[in-house]
Amino acid sequence: MTARSGDKEGRWAWRMTGFITVCVYVFMFAPIIATVILSFNSSMFGGFPMTGFSLQWYVKLMGNEQVLAAFRTSLWIALVTAVVTTAVGVVTAFALVRFEFRGKQMLSTLVILPALVPETILGVGLLVLIKAVDQPRTLLILVLGHILLAVPYVVLIVQARMVGVRRVYEEAALSLGASRFSSFREITLPLLIPAVIAGALLAFTISFDNTSASLFWRPAGVETMPTQILSMLKISISPEINALGTVMILVTVGIPLVGGIILQSLTRLRRRGEPKEETQ
Amino acid sequence: MATDQQTPRPTSAGVSARPALGDPDRPAVEFRDIQIAYGKFVAVRDFSLSIAKGSFVTLLGPSGCGKTTILRSIAGLVDISSGQISIGGRRVDDVPIYKRNIGLVFQSYALFPHKTVFDNVAFGLKYRNVPKADIARKVGQALAMVRLPGSEKKLPSQLSGGQQQRIALARAIVFEPEVLLLDEPLSALDANMREEMRVEIKKIQKATGITALFVTHDQEEALSMSDRIVVMNAGSMEQIGTPQEVYETPATAFVADFLGKANMLPGTVATADGVRAKVALAAGQSVEVVSPRPLSQGTAVTVVVRPQKLFVGSATAGNRLSGRVVSTSYLGGSAIYEIDLGDKTIVRANNAIAGPLAHEGETVELGFDPRGCVLLDGKGLRIA
Repeated sequence: MTARSGDKEGRWAWRMTGFITVCVYVFMFAPIIATVILSFNSSMFGGFPMTGFSLQWYVKLMGNEQVLAAFRTSLWIALVTAVVTTAVGVVTAFALVRFEFRGKQMLSTLVILPALVPETILGVGLLVLIKAVDQPRTLLILVLGHILLAVPYVVLIVQARMVGVRRVYEEAALSLGASRFSSFREITLPLLIPAVIAGALLAFTISFDNTSASLFWRPAGVETMPTQILSMLKISISPEINALGTVMILVTVGIPLVGGIILQSLTRLRRRGEPKEETQ
Repeated sequence: MATDQQTPRPTSAGVSARPALGDPDRPAVEFRDIQIAYGKFVAVRDFSLSIAKGSFVTLLGPSGCGKTTILRSIAGLVDISSGQISIGGRRVDDVPIYKRNIGLVFQSYALFPHKTVFDNVAFGLKYRNVPKADIARKVGQALAMVRLPGSEKKLPSQLSGGQQQRIALARAIVFEPEVLLLDEPLSALDANMREEMRVEIKKIQKATGITALFVTHDQEEALSMSDRIVVMNAGSMEQIGTPQEVYETPATAFVADFLGKANMLPGTVATADGVRAKVALAAGQSVEVVSPRPLSQGTAVTVVVRPQKLFVGSATAGNRLSGRVVSTSYLGGSAIYEIDLGDKTIVRANNAIAGPLAHEGETVELGFDPRGCVLLDGKGLRIA
């Protein structure tokens, strides 16, 4: 770009690109920033202008039993979803990358299908299914639904990493006397850790964030954080929602961020240990 | 195909420094009529071989000849379609890899990147329930043997390629496996390191008396390290013998060409007098040869002459040929000539330098001893 900065047309194009980029970023982040700023607004109304700085909405939030219950529910669902999804995802990815079997191609397509089907369809589908077998909507159904939504992403992440973990490490472990399970536990899994952590974090976030499918699946009287916010919005845009939104942002952005940092340092550690790829 | 496939001749290295366990006459590894096929593709066919305890055997061949497949079949990483494999007299067809007691060294080292050198080398001992104190001692000994003592706490990433391969070797021999399998272990190293490691591996193999099966496509490695070489081509065994046997008396045209790029001169027997015969070369000149058995007139033969046995200069004994020098490569101690014998038949001569060099475009005389060649029949098999 610098090479072209001399000619007029190039400079104009460069400025235009910069302007559009800034616009896109403003569009992306303005709502988030507005929510965070307004959560500290002392005004009764959840909008601009600011009338003063206050933490009162956070205090009020802490005292709101309904919100706290929703937060706890979401946290638990997300944790269980993350753990189960990661386990299922790692095993699935291992099978899809390391073994040859009939229908493998079909299975790998089927596994990622839930990520492609619109959530509303999935939401209705699962509801119809549990109605058909005459089951009540329970918390278990909600968790299973979230697992269904998150599994494709975890499989994709772990699969990508798995391809990079060369089979020769497992072969070496086997040749040294480790059983298949031991070689997975001692060699493959530690080498997959970055992807496992990334997958778990993503699964957590997917579950914690989920609104539309949760609306279909949640049992009567149970609210998750997003559905709680929705029902609060029905009454009014209270500044409390801004505070709640800020907490949500902290959780869903903060956790993957921290995870990403851990991940990066782990990956760096591993990378140093890997010899250059040999092609035969 | 050599006749001594099933009965290996005892080699000097078969007598190991350490007394071998069990029956000393029992081969360390035995293949009987192995066939390995993937669907319709046959990777290895009719492969029978027995490897004497303590010997160093090399599978040599171009890529795709099935040599690595055979090595992996002993390890249990490849299933055989038919035949049987025994390690130390025990059939292993149904034994999973982790119970086969083999040491495996890979081209890409395959050291566990997240484990220290100590944990890498100790890995095999740990799974053999060796007591902790013994593990430490044995790892120390193995590291001393590969000349990397004191490197226990390092991570593989802190070592050079050559050092990593030494650790991989230590890891594969520390638990005294029945057989050490080396899958192109030198290919990933640079040229200098390769030669050093070649000597090192051979030394360690001799010192421990371990049976080794080495896979390579590099003829120099095969010739310099092996007690016996198995030359492979397209899934079949072409020849088996000592390095000298396979080099000096190649059993087939493939072996002659693959090992040392021999000159192949097709022709027909013009006159025959017992084992002595005159061969009219397709290139237009004729040479005299000594055959191991009498030849009859009119037989199609190929005269195989090593570049080292084809001498350029007028003072050559035996056969006299003339040709035009196409290229001269001066290598200091020796020179390699490419000479056109006419009719686009190019031969290579590799001679020690004595006197002036022959230059491009010059017409020179060249020749070889009638006994210094090998004769192949019309099918490319050695006349013996």
